[in-house]
Amino acid sequence: MSAVTAETRTGRAGGPERRRRPWWTAVLWVVVGFFFLNLVALVASVVVDSFGTKWFGTWLPEGFTFHWYTDAWSQFGLSSVLLVTIEVAITVIVLSVLIGVPASYALARRSFPGKRFLLVLFVLPILVPPITYGIPLATLLYKLHLAGTLSGVIVANLVPSVPFVILTMTPFIEQIDPKIEAAARMCGARTTSVFVRILAPLLVPGILAASILVLVRTVGMFELTFLTAGPTSTTLVVTLYNAVFAAGIRANQSVDAMATIYTGSMLVLLIVALRFVNPTQLVTRVGDND
Amino acid sequence: MSAAAATAAPTVPGRSLRHRLAERGIDRTLWLVVPATLFILALFVYPFLYGLQLSFTPQEGGGALANYREFFTDPYLRGMIWKTLRLGLPAAVLNVVVSVPIAYAMRGRFRGKRTITTLLVVPIALGTVLTAQGLLMYAGPTGWLNQVLMNLHLVDEPVALIHNYVGVFLSLVITGFPFAFLLTLSYISGIDPSLERAAATLGAGAWQRFSKVTLPLLMPGLTMTFILSFVLAFSVFPSAQLVGDPTGSTRVISIAAYEAAFQQFDYSMGSTIAMIMAAVMLVVIGLVLAWRSMFYRGATGGKG
Repeated sequence: MSAVTAETRTGRAGGPERRRRPWWTAVLWVVVGFFFLNLVALVASVVVDSFGTKWFGTWLPEGFTFHWYTDAWSQFGLSSVLLVTIEVAITVIVLSVLIGVPASYALARRSFPGKRFLLVLFVLPILVPPITYGIPLATLLYKLHLAGTLSGVIVANLVPSVPFVILTMTPFIEQIDPKIEAAARMCGARTTSVFVRILAPLLVPGILAASILVLVRTVGMFELTFLTAGPTSTTLVVTLYNAVFAAGIRANQSVDAMATIYTGSMLVLLIVALRFVNPTQLVTRVGDND
Repeated sequence: MSAAAATAAPTVPGRSLRHRLAERGIDRTLWLVVPATLFILALFVYPFLYGLQLSFTPQEGGGALANYREFFTDPYLRGMIWKTLRLGLPAAVLNVVVSVPIAYAMRGRFRGKRTITTLLVVPIALGTVLTAQGLLMYAGPTGWLNQVLMNLHLVDEPVALIHNYVGVFLSLVITGFPFAFLLTLSYISGIDPSLERAAATLGAGAWQRFSKVTLPLLMPGLTMTFILSFVLAFSVFPSAQLVGDPTGSTRVISIAAYEAAFQQFDYSMGSTIAMIMAAVMLVVIGLVLAWRSMFYRGATGGKG
């Protein structure tokens, strides 16, 4: 800790760290800029097309319209799809926090025989591609008649979410000083009041951060939802994919309109997430910068 | 954790079992791990073992190994492993290698750091479908990119960037890079900056500071980043279908697994391919970890 305070005191005043930009950073930012230019153009071409009437081989479409959005909305039943997406996301968040946070508390506070094994067990669902366990899981869920229902989709999405909550919450709880809890106990607080009045308020920022990340992941999770969803339980990503895949009859523009809606909502979620979570502190929780 | 160890009192003979267990860290708090453990066992480990068992009971009979034999004797099926690796490995390597200098340039504080970070991370929101649609339109034969290239007379006819290997590769870079960058940045900002300053005081140049101080400390984080990027790139499914050539050069293994299980309803073969996928994945992770163990192992010098 002392290192950090020392740094904040002297860091700005131009020690050896006075920023003399080396030549390679210029090259670097040009490359990054080029990447971004292309990326913006890529997104723009989808957005422009979603508002365009006809667009063949010219710079811009012949005219502009809004009707692809209304088309897409009614054609793909987006209101119910969005409702399903929200239901799935909220249930997954609540359940994964309820299951994951207590586990991360124990993992952060105790060292016990077999802890390493448990940690490996909790990391594995993140380390293997979703499709490898998704296929047997979906097969199993079909056997149990859960696949194709909302609960099936929720169960499948919980599999990577619970470990994710554990992995983000464990370092967060480790940095809460256990002496605070000990002090509360010394002052005569019971377990429930230690939890409600000491731990819970301290945990809220971490839980919030983890929930937002789970939200972004669940809304964007394609494979597991795709494997387990039925007609009444598809989320936005899967509807989008199905729309592209069943293309042909459908106008490309309404797919673009839907993709724009999806990306727009993801963008809002992500920006909200970045307001609450400092992205550089996802892995190592150090008092870096403001 | 050190605190928990420190509070454990020295052993006094004749204590109750509960006390002795508590000294080793086993007490009622551990009940908190039980739900999560049961959950993972029931919904991850069990399905996985179920899939493993399913893969050894082929639907058409022919012995336990019939599916595996079929997979490895059919050059078309066997070739998919190579096709997937050929896409996933370079994409993951590129994403990690490019993230390092960018994250390195973003150490410390400067104005607009948060904005740049946000900009670099935002492409996560694009999702595979918009990326695929965008590539199809922007990099397609009549897209803006080819129009610009043709108007500048850099090329005479449109460059084929979609419905082939290049398209899928580009989409893997677009969706994978923000993720790799985010992880690399958070690992790099976890390295104590005073170490580098100490190296500078001792006369190390910029390159020496990077290669002798920062990079070795970053290696564990980079290994993790590479593994996670590879997991993402290895399971390419939507982009390989949409911008790729799903019947030919980009017929990746996940497409085959899906088709076997849910289009031909051969769950056994589907599971077999999924298990082979997991095995290839674990082999790559194992190789990376083995390679990594030849480098510096130790604390990464968090600042706390």
